[in-house]
Amino acid sequence: MKGLKFILAGIIFGIIMTKSEAVSWYRIQEMFRFQSFQMYGIIGTAVALGVGMVLLMKITGFTDFHGNYIVFHPKEKGVKRYLFGGIVFGLGWALCGACPGPMFVSLGMGYFTMLLVIGGALLGTFLYGLMRSKLPH
Amino acid sequence: MLEFISQPWPWYLSGFMIALIMFALLFFGKTFGFSSNLRTICAMSGAGKASDFFQFDWKKQTWNLLFLMGSVIGGFIAHTFMNNDQPVAISDDTIADLKTLGFKVQKGLQPDEIFNTFTLKSVLILITGGLFVGFGSRWAGGCTSGHAISGLSNLQLPSLIAVVGFFIGGLIMTHLLFPIIFNSPGAL
Repeated sequence: MKGLKFILAGIIFGIIMTKSEAVSWYRIQEMFRFQSFQMYGIIGTAVALGVGMVLLMKITGFTDFHGNYIVFHPKEKGVKRYLFGGIVFGLGWALCGACPGPMFVSLGMGYFTMLLVIGGALLGTFLYGLMRSKLPH
Repeated sequence: MLEFISQPWPWYLSGFMIALIMFALLFFGKTFGFSSNLRTICAMSGAGKASDFFQFDWKKQTWNLLFLMGSVIGGFIAHTFMNNDQPVAISDDTIADLKTLGFKVQKGLQPDEIFNTFTLKSVLILITGGLFVGFGSRWAGGCTSGHAISGLSNLQLPSLIAVVGFFIGGLIMTHLLFPIIFNSPGAL
């Protein structure tokens, strides 16, 4: 089955996020209070390795398993959407202690009230779709 | 080995593994970005009737929905078979700060005060938090995985601006709004 590898990647992601406690509301509070290195270490290590990886892929013309060159699309330029959108995201992230990935990982852990968070996130995404043309980007 | 598996894992292992997942998804011809799934689920559910933002071929995003499914299963596996049943290993300073806001740090990774009570307040907190995350991640064009991990790895200035935004929002919520929302020990 072609999709199995994505399910497997997701399973590994879920296990890592749980076992390093990155899905924890408490850990997000600790991060925003600058009281531990854990979250910074996780994101920092991933980014440091990621920068090297992307650079190497660009230099060597790395191909994916279909044999296509891996193309990195630059993000659209701008400030407003990233800053304002980011702030709204951050307000929610600190309040419910979960960004989109961890919402679903926590649900798997048996925190069924995460369904309220997920429902809210879907509603938020839908509202953005409705209001998009009226927002600064 | 069993002992290691059931302990919380160190940040460098987790960071390394996340980079590995990013590599795997790139190698499979995809990119690591979780919040796109929220848009896909809206599109699947017929939101395209209300906004052209949801009119796209969502079937091409099936791989990411499978990744989402996997992450739910991964949470289940880690919680059921690799759990040491200890309280979250956060710092004493955080425990003390949260205590003044009415939180007791007990077993489990999420606070019972929000996730295991069904008061009007806790329900509103969960829905509002989710709503901001969903709205903000689409407005900013990505979340922690899409901007903080994938975007920064590709040295994208927009992603750096978004991450600065995540922190401005998170710091305002934690330091200015939490004392109002959770204003006394019993307020929950």
